Amino acid sequence: MLTAVAILIDGLGFAAWLFLSSVGLTLIYGVMRILNIAHGGFYALGAYSSAWAIGLYMQTGSSVAFTYLLIPLMAIVVGLVAGLIIERGILRFMYGRDEVLMVLVTYAIFLILEDATKLIWGTESLVAYQPAYYLGNIEIFGIPYTVYKFALIGLAVLCGAVLWWGLNRTTTGKLLLVVIEDREVSSALGINVTLFFSATFVIGTTLGALGGAVTAPQISVVPGIGAEVIVMAFAVIVIGGMGSIGGAIIGAIFVGFARAVSVHLYPPAELFSIYLVMAAVLAIKPYGLFSLAQGRKI
Amino acid sequence: MMNLDRTEKLLLAGIPILILLGFVLPEWVVNYIQVSLGTGLVALAVMIQMRAGLVSFGQGLYFCIGGYAAGMAGKFMGVSDIFILLIIGMLVSLFMAFIAGFLLRRYREIFFAMLSLALSMILYGLLSKLEVLGSTDGFNIPSPTYLGWAPEGDTAKHALYIATCIPALLCAALLNRYLRSPMGFIGEALRENEIRLEYLGTSAHRAVHIKYMIAATVSGLGGVLWALALGHVDPEMTNWTTSGQFVFISILSGVGNIVAPLFGTFILEIVRVYAVEASPNTWQMILGVIMLLTIIFLPKGLWSLIQRKKASAEETTQK
Repeated sequence: MLTAVAILIDGLGFAAWLFLSSVGLTLIYGVMRILNIAHGGFYALGAYSSAWAIGLYMQTGSSVAFTYLLIPLMAIVVGLVAGLIIERGILRFMYGRDEVLMVLVTYAIFLILEDATKLIWGTESLVAYQPAYYLGNIEIFGIPYTVYKFALIGLAVLCGAVLWWGLNRTTTGKLLLVVIEDREVSSALGINVTLFFSATFVIGTTLGALGGAVTAPQISVVPGIGAEVIVMAFAVIVIGGMGSIGGAIIGAIFVGFARAVSVHLYPPAELFSIYLVMAAVLAIKPYGLFSLAQGRKI
Repeated sequence: MMNLDRTEKLLLAGIPILILLGFVLPEWVVNYIQVSLGTGLVALAVMIQMRAGLVSFGQGLYFCIGGYAAGMAGKFMGVSDIFILLIIGMLVSLFMAFIAGFLLRRYREIFFAMLSLALSMILYGLLSKLEVLGSTDGFNIPSPTYLGWAPEGDTAKHALYIATCIPALLCAALLNRYLRSPMGFIGEALRENEIRLEYLGTSAHRAVHIKYMIAATVSGLGGVLWALALGHVDPEMTNWTTSGQFVFISILSGVGNIVAPLFGTFILEIVRVYAVEASPNTWQMILGVIMLLTIIFLPKGLWSLIQRKKASAEETTQK
């Protein structure tokens, strides 16, 4: 019973983290057909910049409460700066190229970002525990949990809801759905596709950076976290079907619970279980659980 | 009679040359040649798949399986004969690829890339938790013997170097032969138009499966040679960042010729030594920038420069 509750809460916690870290990836793929390996780099940038900003802010000795504003702020700054530079500076020239080639291009960008992070913040680890510590602990059936973890679950739900509302209930969102459906026709109808691409890339980047920024208080931020998270994020979005926000939610829950179950029942299988779920889903439904049937072009 | 083409002649002539160089060149250069022959074979494996339009972001899987299979044969069964180790590494890789191939042959493009990456990360997750195999530290491999002969000191180094050169270059020559065979040309047809290929009476699935198994066997061989050269294996061999480097080499050198990835690996290893020394935190950035520039300005890799030069030279002589 106790284990079941622990698995449930940890599973939700992992799922929330996975959703936040991978929803930007699926959004960018859905709109731009770019499987963005550089997403891991954005995650790392977000984590570093928020840990660094929190560290600077805490030195002034002010109240911790404002750090909760600092976290999304840094994510937006990273999203705007890195997202715009990369989209306008590099990706813009590559639109319409092969999807596999775009994987290689974003891999190159990922390598550049990895070292850019090291050059800006050095190779030592950054710690910014205050926001997670400040909210205190809560006991559920005698197991202590940080309230921060529940705040993250709430944030993930909020992000999902805002994205759903934005896509399905606003004019801009509906236009974006049109762009996803058919890029050429929507361009012919007078939709500024380029603008949508830039905006989507910036939003996707911001979401990736936000994933890193909210994780930073729970971990010590070290080089290489981007490489770990990108594979995890792939697993999440592939399970649900790439490009689908709903798929990312389901994928995050699948992977989150697979990880929670293995952590509590058989810890050595932690990493292994995630990719096993991914391989199993793909073996049964090759293009993800929610993919639509597509015609073959001869 | 053997109908050797230029590349094969070059590779076969390269065997005695490399062996002789092993006695002449300073030791550290020889070490780099030896190590990069191992990793170069894996880059070759990535490259022959790239010819069919398949980008394997998880070729480290078989690199690692080869290395670990040989290492475990030595650790648990006391096998130290290099010929048996090489055969074990290749057979285990071949067998794993035979099974995984049934899953992977259904995928193309990014799905192939991502699924091969996922498979390699399954092994990474497994190995980094297995304490019997030293978890993330891996384990050491004793130096090999040659049909009962167990050399020591400098002789052992030379013997291992020679035993690396011969299978690596022979393997490259055989791969060249494969690419010139009907099976090899199917790879290119696969990239161009799979459905037409099926109408012409060949199974695309079977062609991908065979290609995947060949690539895995070659990577397994590379893994054994690399592991013996370093005397050590660890799970980093199957991490996706390692596989990414193999992809990088095939992009840089292009898919034009078998020799290119072998050279590319060696040059990269040497450049890395100096670059890391000069500025340790910009190595990946340099790689990334070079890769972007290659993709944008030289989509067929550096080898296309040589080919273009050759083509223009022929043109002028014809005039």
